[in-house]
Amino acid sequence: MKFHWIAFNTILLKEIRRFMRIWQQTLLPPAITMTLYFIIFGNLIGSRIGEMSGLDYMSFIVPGLIMMSVINNAYSNVSSSFFSNKFQRSVEELLVAPVPNIVILAGFVFGGVVRGIMVGLIVTIVALFFTDIQVFNFWVLCSTVILSSILFSLGGFINALYANTFDDISIVPTFVLTPLSYLGGVFYSIELLPEQWRFLSEFNPILYMVNGFRYGMLGVSDVSLYACYGILISLTVVLAAVSIHLLNKGKGIRH
Amino acid sequence: MSVSSDYQGPALTIQNLKKVYDNGFVALKGIDLTVQQGDFFALLGPNGAGKSTTLGIVSGLVNKTSGSVSLYGYDIEGDWFEAKRVLGVVPQEFNFNQFEKVADIVVTQAGYYGLPRKLALERTEKYLKALDLWDKRDTPSRMLSGGMKRRLMIARALVHNPRMLILDEPTAGVDIELRRSMWEYLQKLNEEEGTTIILTTHYLEEAESLCRNIAIINQGDIVQNTNKRDLLQQLHLQTFVIELAEPKPSRPSISAYPCRWLDDSLVEVDIEQSNCINALFKEFDVLGLAVTSIRPKANRLETLFVDLVSNNSEVA
Ligand SMILES: Nc1ncnc2c1ncn2[C@@H]1O[C@H](COP(=O)(O)OP(=O)(O)OP(=O)(O)O)[C@@H](O)[C@H]1O
Ligand SMILES: [Mg+2]
Repeated sequence: MKFHWIAFNTILLKEIRRFMRIWQQTLLPPAITMTLYFIIFGNLIGSRIGEMSGLDYMSFIVPGLIMMSVINNAYSNVSSSFFSNKFQRSVEELLVAPVPNIVILAGFVFGGVVRGIMVGLIVTIVALFFTDIQVFNFWVLCSTVILSSILFSLGGFINALYANTFDDISIVPTFVLTPLSYLGGVFYSIELLPEQWRFLSEFNPILYMVNGFRYGMLGVSDVSLYACYGILISLTVVLAAVSIHLLNKGKGIRH
Repeated sequence: MSVSSDYQGPALTIQNLKKVYDNGFVALKGIDLTVQQGDFFALLGPNGAGKSTTLGIVSGLVNKTSGSVSLYGYDIEGDWFEAKRVLGVVPQEFNFNQFEKVADIVVTQAGYYGLPRKLALERTEKYLKALDLWDKRDTPSRMLSGGMKRRLMIARALVHNPRMLILDEPTAGVDIELRRSMWEYLQKLNEEEGTTIILTTHYLEEAESLCRNIAIINQGDIVQNTNKRDLLQQLHLQTFVIELAEPKPSRPSISAYPCRWLDDSLVEVDIEQSNCINALFKEFDVLGLAVTSIRPKANRLETLFVDLVSNNSEVA
C-alpha cells in the first residue's frame, strides 16, 4: 500500500511540476481571459443588464466563470499531459513499472484537479478586484469544485487515450466543452429561456455543475442540489470505469 | 514481497509466444526461450525480426497474442507486480520526457518502483555517477548527446536494482570508446552484482565479446539458441583476406585452398575451421608471394549470422 502511495505521489508531483514549469501556458491565460470577461460582461455590459436571479449581473456570472475555468483547465491538463507522455513515449516509464492502472489514473486525475483548483483560486482572486465574493455554503462550494474537476480530468484522460495527434486533444474542448459551458447557465439563468430550450438545457451536465457551485457561493440555483450531485457522481463513476477499462486493454498505449 | 533468494529456476521463460499486431502482421510465430539466472544473453536478428516485439512483451509494453512469459517464476500477467519489480528496461527508442531534467527523470522512475524519496535520491546519485552523467543532472534531457541519452536510460533502468536488465540495442549510435566503457560496465554488473542481462544488438562483435548464450531470431522464429562456443563451432569455413607486399599481375593459382584474387595484391582464401593454415604459407613461399597482412574477412559471428538468416528465409 505504501508502495502504491509513493508511486501516486510521484505521478502527482510530476504533473504539478509540469504545469508549474509552463505556467505561462497553464496559469496565466485563464487569469487574462477571465479579467477580460469581468471587464466586458461584468462591468461594461453587465451594468446595462441589471439583475439576474435577483443578483447584480457581475455577482451572478462570477461562479459560472470560475467553474468554467476549473473544468477547462482540469480537462486540458490531463489531456495534454497524458497525450504528450504518449507522444514522447515517456508513458512507457509507467508501463514497465509495477504501477497499477488505478494508480496511474489517480495520479493524472489529481494532477488535473490540482491545476483546476489552482486556476479556480487565481480567477477568484481576479474576481475580487471587481466584486465581493461570498460563501453561502462552504461544503457545497468545495465538493462541487472537486467533483467537477475530477469528472473533467477523467474526460481529458479518455480523450488523451484516444488521441493520435495534438489536434485530437483540442477537438473536444472546442466543439463540445466550450459550447456546453456557454449554454450551461454561466451567463444567464435558464428561467429566462423558453420552455423547449429550458428542457434541452437540462440535458447539459455543465448546467448542474455551474448551478451547484453558484449555490455554494450565492445560495441561488436553477436546479436542485440532488440533481447536481446525482449527475456529478454518476458521471464520475462511469468515466472512471471507462478509463480503467481502456487502460486495462492498453488502448492507445500498448500495441 | 521480493524474489526469494532460494529461487533457482530460470530468470526468463518464454513459451509458445505469439504476437499478431492489429494490422494482422505476425511478428512472433510461437517462440520458446529460456534465460538462466546470471546469464549474459544476446538476442540477435536482422531488422524486423521480432527482437523488440519479444522484449516489449516481456517488459509490459506490448500485449501478447498468446503464449506465456515468466520472470523469476512470476507470470507477467498473473503476478505482474512481482514480475515487473525484478526487471529493468532500456528500450530501443528514447522514451523520456524531453523537458525534464536528467536527475528528475531517474528520481521519478525510482518513485514508480516505490522507492522512498531519500533512497531514490541516493540511487540516482549512484547510477548517474556510475554512468558519468552526474555533471548533467540539472540539464534538460533534450540537451544531452545521443550517447548520454542511452546512458541516461541505463541509469533509469537500474535505479530499483533490478535482478534482470533488458537492453534493446543499447549501443546503437554510440562511439567506440563509449561503447567499450558501456561493455565494461555491463560486464561488471553481470559479474559482481549477478544481474541477468539480455541485450539485442546489430554489432555482432558486441555479442561475441560480451555474451555467453545467444539466440538468433528471424522472421518471428528462433532459428538458433545455444551457447556462443557451440554456435561458433558451427562455422565450418572462415574467409581470410591476404595482402601481398607487391602486386602480382600474373595472379598464379593457389592449389592448397580455394582462393580468389580480389586484385593484383589481395587474395581471399576459404579455410575449413578444423584445418591448419601452414600449407597456405608454404605455397605462398614457393610462388614467391610475400605476405604483409592477413585478416578475417568478416567477424565470425557475422558470417554465421548471415548464413543462418539467409538459409532460414529460403525455407520460409
Ligand atoms: N505497432 C506495430 N504494428 C504493426 N507491425 C509492427 C508494429 N511494431 C512492429 N511491427 C512489425 O513487427 C516486426 C518486428 O518488429 P520488431 O520491432 O520486433 O523488430 P526488431 O527485430 O526489433 O527490428 P530492429 O532490429 O529493426 O529493431 C516488423 O516487421 C515490424 O514492422
Ligand atoms: Mg528493435
